[in-house]
Amino acid sequence: MAFLELDGVTKRFGPHVAVEQLDLTVAKGEFVSLLGPSGCGKTTTLQMIAGFLDLTGGAIRLEGRNLAEIHPSRRGLGIVFQSYALFPHMTAAENVAFGLEMRRVPAAERAERVEAALAMVGLAGFADRYPRRMSGGQQQRVALARALVIRPSLLLLDEPLSNLDAKLREEMQIELRQIQRNLGTTTILVTHDQVEAMSLSDRIVVMNTGRVEQIGTPQETYERPASAFVANFLGKTNEFAGTIEAGTQPARIVAGSWSAPAPAGFSGPVTVSVRPEKIGFAGAGQGLAARVAIRIFQGNHWLFQCETECGPAIVIRQNDGMAQPAEGEAVRLAWRPEDMSLRAAGVRP
Amino acid sequence: MTAASSAPQPAPVTAAPAAPAPAAGGAGTGTPWPLVLPALMLFVAVVLIPLAMTVLLSFNDWGQYKGIEQVFILKNWREIWEDDYFLEMFLRTFRIAVLATLITALLGAPEAYILNRMQGRWKGFFLLVILGPLLISVVARTLGWALLFGGANGVVNKALMSLGVIGAPIPFMFTETGVVVALAHVMMPFMVLSVWAALQRVDPQIENAAMSLGAGHATILRRIVLPQIMPGILSGAIIVFSLSASAFATPSIIGGRRLKVAATLAYDEFLNTLNWPLGAAVAVLLLVALVLIVVGSNALIERRYAEVFR
Ligand SMILES: Nc1ncnc2c1ncn2[C@@H]1O[C@H](COP(=O)(O)OP(=O)(O)O)[C@@H](O)[C@H]1O
Ligand SMILES: [Mg+2]
Repeated sequence: MAFLELDGVTKRFGPHVAVEQLDLTVAKGEFVSLLGPSGCGKTTTLQMIAGFLDLTGGAIRLEGRNLAEIHPSRRGLGIVFQSYALFPHMTAAENVAFGLEMRRVPAAERAERVEAALAMVGLAGFADRYPRRMSGGQQQRVALARALVIRPSLLLLDEPLSNLDAKLREEMQIELRQIQRNLGTTTILVTHDQVEAMSLSDRIVVMNTGRVEQIGTPQETYERPASAFVANFLGKTNEFAGTIEAGTQPARIVAGSWSAPAPAGFSGPVTVSVRPEKIGFAGAGQGLAARVAIRIFQGNHWLFQCETECGPAIVIRQNDGMAQPAEGEAVRLAWRPEDMSLRAAGVRP
Repeated sequence: MTAASSAPQPAPVTAAPAAPAPAAGGAGTGTPWPLVLPALMLFVAVVLIPLAMTVLLSFNDWGQYKGIEQVFILKNWREIWEDDYFLEMFLRTFRIAVLATLITALLGAPEAYILNRMQGRWKGFFLLVILGPLLISVVARTLGWALLFGGANGVVNKALMSLGVIGAPIPFMFTETGVVVALAHVMMPFMVLSVWAALQRVDPQIENAAMSLGAGHATILRRIVLPQIMPGILSGAIIVFSLSASAFATPSIIGGRRLKVAATLAYDEFLNTLNWPLGAAVAVLLLVALVLIVVGSNALIERRYAEVFR
């Protein structure tokens, strides 16, 4: 049985549709990310699960119970807000203890659990600090400890790392994933950072203007994007217009002078999508003819901006010590058939 | 809350309560001090000199026929000290100010909170309703109360009496209650503004955070919202208290001659009895008492909240 189930969830603010017909099931212990650009309805979705916003339509069920019947204060969810929303007049320990106090946990057990929660997030010595006297990363940890100490059935994280600098963010990502694995808490993370979503989640829900574009594992959404939006939002991609020529047997995709055997299930004009790191330089006569326009060295990899007869293409090659084509050099671009994904052209450009 | 004052644990608490950093403002920093001269001269001319003259005046002698005599005696101060009339009058002044402050806090803080939770257009409208009176003279606002409750001719009294609800006019004019009510009304915008400013600094998600942790509405208000707007309530209270204790227009219209407070008494001594030295002594005493109370409570508040709110 699904642990958390969002069934046709819709939210309108007046005429403005913030979330439309969102269906999602989350299994127990799963880590799911809502990924999408700013304003696509991620926070709204999270706030509906938390109960701070009423649904315009649809239903949300947690362990089979309709959440509409449970007051937000009785849902027992752990929530970390983007602004952290710590209580500024309470010390770190008091912040963390608040949820336990509300549950009337005896003082001795409370102190023990607060201490353990603070230690878990690496803030053992900071119990008596006020939030104002802590760094952003430390405040973020207090917020996480406060949400986890009540042993929530579901943990909701609204862009919890977006206020941290890049290095700290990476550290916290690893820590967050470890804590979540250890506790096994079902978690929903809201983020607009595709790297964060991919590195943390079991599954990603890619959203755009209130709709779900694709739900899948990080690999699925990256390798087999269901739409141009997903392909472009989850990293760089190259797209070529092509046509399936059914005249030959088996059918072939043709783009300019390049052609390849076509996978089944497509006909007419298609869009060919290939990730830059999947493209290699091939020998003469093979692949797509191109010319290197710009070559950029980026430490562990090279980035090539190429001109092909089907438009510009980006190629990323690992810096493996091999000689690389120079700027202006004529090259051939090739990729394995399974590394390219096809979409019928004209559908949701 | 109580832990705010408890000693820090031995653990790695590094940040001591904001060490003083007297770096700026020294002589060597090149601060262009001469630029403050015009303002300083104005301040000296219109504040310090009259103030000093008032203080000196309070030590002069005065007689019904001889007028003011420029000597240095303690006669006026002794009179204030020995005559219980002055004690009673000062007690009344501060009692009225305290009650007006309490009423504005009890009504104004919830008012600001509700206002802050309103949406869009209503918010703007009610903010105007609350702050609008500031655009009208205190005298006009106080006279409104006199029109409503002024003896048998007051609109409300008249209506209630004709309806038979009350037999005699509600005692409002020339009563302490009347002065307190009118002062609370006049001072309300200052309290609402002060609490409103404090509310602007509260994280809009903080109530949701408390709710998600299992807190009910009453708990959220008591444990989360109130402590955070307390500095606003207290600074509003200081404003309202000092303005109420030194208020002149409202006590003189509602309280009149019968119910004197420090400001109206000083006025009377100056303009009716013409005993300027005694009036000056009353005024100086009021000023000193107010300064002590305001500075003292401000220091207390700052110390209490320094750790929590910068
Ligand atoms: N209280 C509200 N009233 C009106 N519109 C809102 C409200 N909250 C959010 N919206 C709109 O709903 C859309 C989704 O917002 P949100 O869920 O916050 O996006 P994000 O994905 O960045 O978290 C946005 O277009 C936003 O303007
Ligand atoms: Mg958001």
